[in-house]
Amino acid sequence: MPKVKVARKSTAIDMTAMCDVAFLLLTFFMMTTEFRGDESVIVDTPSSISEIKLPETDILNVTISSDGKVFFNIDNKNFTRERLLERISEKYPELQFTPEEERAFVLTGTIGVPLAELKGYLGLEENERKMYSQPGIPVDSTNNELGIWIMQGRLSNPNARITIKGDQACPWPVVKKVMDTFQDKNVNKFNLITDLELDPNKLKGL
Amino acid sequence: MAELAEKESKKKGKKKRRKKMSTRVDMTPMVDLGFLLITFFMLTTTFSKPQTMEINLPVKPKGEVVEEQENALKASKAFNIIVDGENRLFWYLGLPHEPLEPLTETNYTADGIRKVLLEKNSSIQDMVVLIKATDAAVYKNVVDILDEMNISNIKRYALIDITPDDLEELKNLKQGE
Repeated sequence: MPKVKVARKSTAIDMTAMCDVAFLLLTFFMMTTEFRGDESVIVDTPSSISEIKLPETDILNVTISSDGKVFFNIDNKNFTRERLLERISEKYPELQFTPEEERAFVLTGTIGVPLAELKGYLGLEENERKMYSQPGIPVDSTNNELGIWIMQGRLSNPNARITIKGDQACPWPVVKKVMDTFQDKNVNKFNLITDLELDPNKLKGL
Repeated sequence: MAELAEKESKKKGKKKRRKKMSTRVDMTPMVDLGFLLITFFMLTTTFSKPQTMEINLPVKPKGEVVEEQENALKASKAFNIIVDGENRLFWYLGLPHEPLEPLTETNYTADGIRKVLLEKNSSIQDMVVLIKATDAAVYKNVVDILDEMNISNIKRYALIDITPDDLEELKNLKQGE
């Protein structure tokens, strides 16, 4: 009986197809990805059955942290943030910003310092700014700076949708104050950012 | 160099013939790189856009008179929910000093406030839900109640300030426990 010889096969695999797939996926992810700006506060939003999605631009966001600090953020579509800062320094001539500070304002995400401290905050190095714990924007009736931010933010981007992103545990009086500020500025329609929760009515239908 | 040596060795032989080179390229490193980048983008990308709940607040009235008129209108149809701290929840029907149904404690489960809301909503025509939160309440409680409005499909509700009368009633109820 002759020995059965196993034919020696090459171990090289044609990688072209795999490579195609890999790069196809790569392009997809590169196109769809959007880098998040750094958020200085971690907020755990409550859940609701609402399924309305938020757009990514034209958003004026007020964040309320669990300890009741208020933060302000606006996206930089069509240089909104540049204009916002210009308006702020127009309104408050004592607040003038250098080009470096202006750039820092555009690049930084959430703002949570009183106007008086804004210049100092923007003057910090980037790393220091990330580490700095912001005291929050004052919303007291005597010194309501949030109202100024909202007013100027709306003037800088009239199409902006106004959203509140509150932590589950943040005290209601603070939210109430923020909502009152909105009403004072004639913002009567706004969105609350929530997590998704299953609708019990839909569960019944299943 | 290798090529030169080859040429020389074959010089005297037959015709010069080009060595057939394989057109295959080793793709392994390229695939490696591709997948590395894919993993990176997959991990950094965020698909879930945040959900939102829309809220419309009434235009702030300029005078006090309007408010009283509102109250008079609503008296029989006002379903009041009081959101308190420690996840406690109360409701009553009517006005605080002369409620049609007295202040009762309930909870956030489906058998609690949702059942009451559905019952009342079908028995009372044009019911208006007034949501009042005490200072001890947290944001989550209020959002839960607003969500409850969506679940029970109640279109007429308002988020209003708690009145001293309500607080008084609440205090009395808690003392009786």
